[in-house]
Amino acid sequence: MRLHSIVDADSRGRMFFTYLRRELRRRAKQAIVVAIGLAIGIGLVMTVSAASAGVKTAQGAVLHSLYGVGTDMTVTKTATFGAGGTQHFGGFGSGTSGTRPAAGTKISRNTLRPTAGQATFSSTAVSKVASLHGVAAATGGLNLSDTSFSGTIPNSGSGGGGFSGGSPNFNVSSFTVDGVAISNSAVGPLGSSQISKGGYFSSTDNNAEVAIVSSSYANSQKLSVGSKLDVAGTSLSVIGIASTSSSTADVFIPLGTAQTLAKLKNDVSIVYVSATSASAVSGVSSEVKTALPSNTVTTSASLASEVSGSLSSAANLATNLGKWLSIAALIVAFLIAGLLMMAAVSRRVQEFGTLKAIGWRTRRIVGQVMGEGVTLGLVGGAMGLALGVLGSVVVTAVSPTLTATVGSTFATAGAASGAFGGGGGFPGAGSFPGAGSGSRPSFFGRPGGASSAAHTVLVHLTAPLQGGTIVLAVGLAIAGGLVAGGFGSWRAARLRPAAALRRVE
Amino acid sequence: MYQLTDVRKYFDKGGQIVRALDGVNLVIEDGEFLAIQGPTGQGKSTLLQLLGGLDRPSTGQVLFDGRDLAKLAENELADLRASAFGFVFQTFNLIPTLTAQENVETALVPLHKSTADRQQMALAALAELGLADRSTHLPSELSGGQQQRVAIARALVKNPKVLLADEPTGNLDEETRDEIVALLEGLWRDRGLTLIIVTHDSTVARRAARTAIMRVGKVSIKKQPENKRPAPVA
Ligand SMILES: Nc1ncnc2c1ncn2[C@@H]1O[C@H](COP(=O)(O)OP(=O)(O)OP(=O)(O)O)[C@@H](O)[C@H]1O
Ligand SMILES: [Mg+2]
Repeated sequence: MRLHSIVDADSRGRMFFTYLRRELRRRAKQAIVVAIGLAIGIGLVMTVSAASAGVKTAQGAVLHSLYGVGTDMTVTKTATFGAGGTQHFGGFGSGTSGTRPAAGTKISRNTLRPTAGQATFSSTAVSKVASLHGVAAATGGLNLSDTSFSGTIPNSGSGGGGFSGGSPNFNVSSFTVDGVAISNSAVGPLGSSQISKGGYFSSTDNNAEVAIVSSSYANSQKLSVGSKLDVAGTSLSVIGIASTSSSTADVFIPLGTAQTLAKLKNDVSIVYVSATSASAVSGVSSEVKTALPSNTVTTSASLASEVSGSLSSAANLATNLGKWLSIAALIVAFLIAGLLMMAAVSRRVQEFGTLKAIGWRTRRIVGQVMGEGVTLGLVGGAMGLALGVLGSVVVTAVSPTLTATVGSTFATAGAASGAFGGGGGFPGAGSFPGAGSGSRPSFFGRPGGASSAAHTVLVHLTAPLQGGTIVLAVGLAIAGGLVAGGFGSWRAARLRPAAALRRVE
Repeated sequence: MYQLTDVRKYFDKGGQIVRALDGVNLVIEDGEFLAIQGPTGQGKSTLLQLLGGLDRPSTGQVLFDGRDLAKLAENELADLRASAFGFVFQTFNLIPTLTAQENVETALVPLHKSTADRQQMALAALAELGLADRSTHLPSELSGGQQQRVAIARALVKNPKVLLADEPTGNLDEETRDEIVALLEGLWRDRGLTLIIVTHDSTVARRAARTAIMRVGKVSIKKQPENKRPAPVA
């Protein structure tokens, strides 16, 4: 019995492959069309899926560049507009509000305030987040903005004309300050690995009057290790220079120092969270939302919707146009393959009828047609795999530079976006001292200075081919073959042996 | 061998019922040479299909060696076609992509023969039909008469009990026709198989011991007593 079936398998095998090979060679042109169709579909799917993997990587890079390495998500709180004095400059002090200061009065202020639109919240949130399942580490931070303003109120003749008289003599400068939790430097805006000169904070530095300055800010302000830096009227020693991306802060100080200087004891404005794995991120995100319902959670995925610039175009391209284009191409390829196979079987009605008439069972004929389809699918799949690899190599080699612009909307979750417009920060400078206009200057966030409110991050798009993509391609090739073979077989299985006697041709 | 009782075969041709066979009663003896004649469209091919297990009657019995072909399962019928019936078609019906030898081998594929047996049997069958030197030729490289010989080799290679031929000479010139008819007759005589040929050609029909005349789906038998059934040649 066993010998019998082995002999049968052998005899079937030889005839099966001979017949299959000859048939495909006879229909070479059509076979090439089917294979190329499948190849284009599969190659497109592969390139698009590799490019979307690259877009995801780029989005992750944007998040890291904004918040520091190791950060999978941030927890912030949106300030309610106009709530409390934390958002207002309050530069003229109480009692001077609405009163025009006398001409010639010298004013000078240096304030440290939370970033525009960002509210502070109790640092107990940090330990709450840290205790959640799937959280590897969580540290608190304070995103602050130091604004110094000095000058003399000029003589002015007109009420609404602003500085039409004398030339203004104001000096406004601001820079961003991040309060960094020293206890855990694995996640947060500044890690010890980013120090290029000097050193990182030591573990006892939590309330020390020290600062680490970003290299770009150090350059623009001519600061170096050992320099002094005025933050909120307190002189801090620069102990290190950090090479950070342009989009994080200008100055980093210990969290305790930041809380003291900003008069925000026990408060933080942001929690940096790293998840145990990339797949845990969305779960942690919803856990945090439950635990801290009034806070805002930002992940690279939610960030993606806040980002404008070519990265978001690329993301749209990959997830929308590319995806649908490749699915459409694939469906068309499958349909063409199926219909051509069906047409081929129809042209072979007499041939298959003859084989049935001489005793071939339907299953064997179906197997023959399926074999032809799957062979075409595999050939198309191999070509598609080559196309897909080529596509991903080309994208990676060209490595298009993508810009990701994260406006103030991102940092403030929309609350202050309108007020803070072009990032300059001063609304209507001309009317600034104008009495009666009711304009009381308000500073939102991190205006002017070395860092702009709308951060633009440059990332290079790559198209990494992942194992899953290749498995997908092979699966699609086999599926395409089965579809092609299935269409043909469906036709062949319905043939009556009497079709052999039909006088067509 | 065959016993047909009130066999009817109706086709539905666009709402119109065509009575291709309309009450056929026929007995065919073991080893008989039967010709089926008649004008076009009278049901000759339909009858041959029922005899060869290519189709089933609408009603009636088609007994072959005591088994009712109408009641066999699809695979049983396929196996019977593979082992007991050899078919020869007017249009030769060779697989265009396979060589002469491979075409003959296709008949042995359902019979679970080893590759070596299959090749050897196919070559022997081709040699018997005088095509030993054509085994590697494709059908397109052969003449009509040669193609029909290959088709006959394909039908005979499995040693069938019955050889069924539907106008086997219809696509051949006169000379080749006589050659093929002589060949079939010789095989019938030498092998003792049952030969059933549908033909328009009276010269072919005259060689048969009996002729079944088909008219409007019914059979009438014309005996030709002068043509005795030849004894098998030793
Ligand atoms: N599959 C079918 N569907 C519908 N009608 C059919 C079918 N097969 C045969 N017929 C009809 O049955 C009748 C008998 O056909 P059949 O092929 O048996 O005739 P025939 O005697 O072999 O004719 P010819 O000498 O032209 O080959 C014809 O009218 C034909 O149109
Ligand atoms: Mg006919």
